[in-house]
Amino acid sequence: MTTPVPRKLRVATTSLAGCFGCHMSFLDIDEHLFELVELIEFDRSPLTDIKDVGPCDIGLIEGGVCNSENVHVLREFRRNCKTLIALGACAVTGGLPAQRNHLSLSECLREVYQFRPGVENGQIPNDPELPLPLDKVRPIHEVVRVDYFIPGCPPSGPAIWKFLTDLIAGRTPRLTGGLLHYD
Amino acid sequence: MPTTPLAAPVDLDGVLQRHQHNPTRLLQILIDAQDLAGWLPAPTLTHIAAALGIPRARVEGVAGFYSFLYTRPVGRYRVLFSDNITDRMLGNDGLMDALCRKLWVEPGKLSEDGLVSVATTSCTGLCDQGPAILVNGLAIGQLSHRRINEIAELIRQQRPLDLWPAEYFRVDDNIRRKDALLDLQMPPGDALRAAIARGRDGWLDEVRASRLRGRGGAGFATAVKWESARNAPGADKVIVCNADEGEPGTFKDRVLLNSYADLVFEGMTLAAWAIGASEGFLYLRGEYRYLRPQLEAALARRREAGLLGTAILGTPGFDFDIQIHLGAGAYVCGEESALIESLEGKRGTPRIRPPFPVVKGYLGRPTAVNNVETHAKTCLIALYGGEAFADTGTAQSTGTKLLSISGDCAAPGIYEYPFGVPITRILEDCGASDTQAVQVGGAAGICLANYEFHRHIAYEDVPTAGAFMVFDGTRDLFDVARAFVHFFAHESCGFCTPCRVGTSLLKGFMDKLADGHGARADLNDIEWLDRLLKNASHCGLGSAAPNPVIDTLQKFRPAYERRLVSLDFEPAFDLDAALAEARQLTARDDPGAHLKTHEEDAQ
Ligand SMILES: Cc1cc2nc3c(=O)[nH]c(=O)nc-3n(C[C@H](O)[C@H](O)[C@H](O)COP(=O)(O)O)c2cc1C
Ligand code: SF4
Ligand code: SF4
Ligand code: FES
Repeated sequence: MTTPVPRKLRVATTSLAGCFGCHMSFLDIDEHLFELVELIEFDRSPLTDIKDVGPCDIGLIEGGVCNSENVHVLREFRRNCKTLIALGACAVTGGLPAQRNHLSLSECLREVYQFRPGVENGQIPNDPELPLPLDKVRPIHEVVRVDYFIPGCPPSGPAIWKFLTDLIAGRTPRLTGGLLHYD
Repeated sequence: MPTTPLAAPVDLDGVLQRHQHNPTRLLQILIDAQDLAGWLPAPTLTHIAAALGIPRARVEGVAGFYSFLYTRPVGRYRVLFSDNITDRMLGNDGLMDALCRKLWVEPGKLSEDGLVSVATTSCTGLCDQGPAILVNGLAIGQLSHRRINEIAELIRQQRPLDLWPAEYFRVDDNIRRKDALLDLQMPPGDALRAAIARGRDGWLDEVRASRLRGRGGAGFATAVKWESARNAPGADKVIVCNADEGEPGTFKDRVLLNSYADLVFEGMTLAAWAIGASEGFLYLRGEYRYLRPQLEAALARRREAGLLGTAILGTPGFDFDIQIHLGAGAYVCGEESALIESLEGKRGTPRIRPPFPVVKGYLGRPTAVNNVETHAKTCLIALYGGEAFADTGTAQSTGTKLLSISGDCAAPGIYEYPFGVPITRILEDCGASDTQAVQVGGAAGICLANYEFHRHIAYEDVPTAGAFMVFDGTRDLFDVARAFVHFFAHESCGFCTPCRVGTSLLKGFMDKLADGHGARADLNDIEWLDRLLKNASHCGLGSAAPNPVIDTLQKFRPAYERRLVSLDFEPAFDLDAALAEARQLTARDDPGAHLKTHEEDAQ
């Protein structure tokens, strides 16, 4: 009798309307990365070059939803990931990009593409290749169902490590004390 | 010490002088300063801070806390529509729209000429004669489209408020059923004489024998509270009468203060006699400001009659006086420790307890806070004895209770019943028919469905601070719960995260359902939020905030389920509509310029 080698969990990650700070923080788990790759393998992620998500166990989403492409990517993640996690303030609340919600979209776009000093005859880009921006930046749970939220801007490396090891070991993840912060 | 309220100071220095440049009177100073210009411009705050020798941030912090203090310009006529569910049921939104259209102003904004601003406010305590508004702080009830037209005209003509028809400002008592308290016709001083004759200890024994419990909601034994305050170290004890009456649907204290003020003040003096207090405060909610002149007059009469002041009724060592402090539109200030903060001229943030107010209250002094009705009830005990008082009511709830009845019934108003009265009896008496539900105890209270109408008003069954809102078969209980959730989100003081964030998340979910984006997953999140608010909030506001949702989800679940458009998950907004502005700006209409709201459709 041989005991089956436990299958490695597949993990996908992406950055929507985020700054990659949360991904940088993920890399901050440093030498734990070696332990991690023993337990998981990456699917679509900025760390790999895979373009489409396949069936996964865990999906980590950095950033909120600011345009139609974000909606498509987020939905693809939700379709494929058994567990979907909002990673960081932007994914959880909209975060910094949501500061634009105080202005109308046309105010924002006109200011940038038409009225900015130095811009002449500027035009708001309308190439059909480009995704259109939503009128407001939204937290991801307003677009798809989300299973877990990790606050922080960014959440610390140790917090991400604790969260993932809990999840991989089959414990309901729980951040307490210094690991849980909102700034 | 007592100030003369009627001679209004003409300038800021006059205001400061009248309050002896005393920082603990900061809230009162700000209220009076606002009367000068209608709002509080930045230089006014700076001047007050300098004159009181306190940081400007503290002044700004207090001015920013209370909804009736304005640090931005408001109209010379400030119209606030009471927005309790009972006002909504009487069509306050249509009336507000009509007034705004007539005056060319948007809700929540200032008209361009600075003449008028129109907005909503929490329940103003005129639920039995709504819909109601406050105009520059004064209450007007029984609004109709006709009255709104007249008001619009008066504002357009810039007619000063004191020249408006007096009947607008008439507030009726609407007493429908009297019992021991409302039937009492006591010459001022009689209860005090009886208590003084018994001695301080003998008087406290009577209160103990009456088993009186607080009428403000929590039902704490009054004698225990008084005894703790009496035994607490410190000679300078304080009596506070809680007339904040902010619980939506409650207006019985308004009636007691309007027509039974002597019983209330006599009750406060009786408490002072038991505890050995020399200073008393009536904390009057800003909405009841119109009552202040007559209350001050009652206090003056009592001083003249030797019922307040030094050596009350010739009793050496019995010195006690009462002053009135105004609130400024903050429900949380009804919570006794927040009320004390507010009395001290601070933001109304509930304190961490222990120490309890009876040990360390106003300025660190032992303080006994009681509800208006509790104070009035003690007169009955002084006159007829504790045992006689305990003869009515039930085992754990002695005496009578005032109910403020509003909503779908023929005769809204004040009803006094012995404790133990069944809901069916009350509904019958107030002329309610086809009743679907009753909200007892206000937004923070309990929602009863018709299969529970055999239950009784009593601390051991259905406890209440007095509100009793009736909803007939035409009402949607989801709307009721949603109105209360809006109330709590608006009134959360913001001190603790579970309540500050939790109430606004709960509001978001209720609005999501109301806007037609509800899904089964939202109900799970709502229930999770309910638990979080209940267990993690710092004070009673946050822990009561989910009550209306918990009750209606349990008893009127179809009102929620009917609103679900998905049995799984539903985005919080219309995704394609969220691209409309960008489509317009880019003149695009290709398939890539659209989104399907439902993913299945997208595939
Ligand atoms: C959010 C909140 C609001 C309250 N509002 C009032 C109020 O308006 N009037 C009142 O008498 N008690 C109110 N209370 C209860 C008071 O904290 C306190 O228990 C009461 O005034 C004590 O008086 P009693 O023992 O005579 O009932 C409120 C409590 C909370 C938590
Ligand atoms: S949460 Fe902070 S670190 Fe993460 S994407 Fe947003 S801004 Fe960057
Ligand atoms: S529960 Fe709400 S009202 Fe009470 S302290 Fe916390 S934030 Fe303030
Ligand atoms: S409020 Fe600014 S860091 Fe906390």
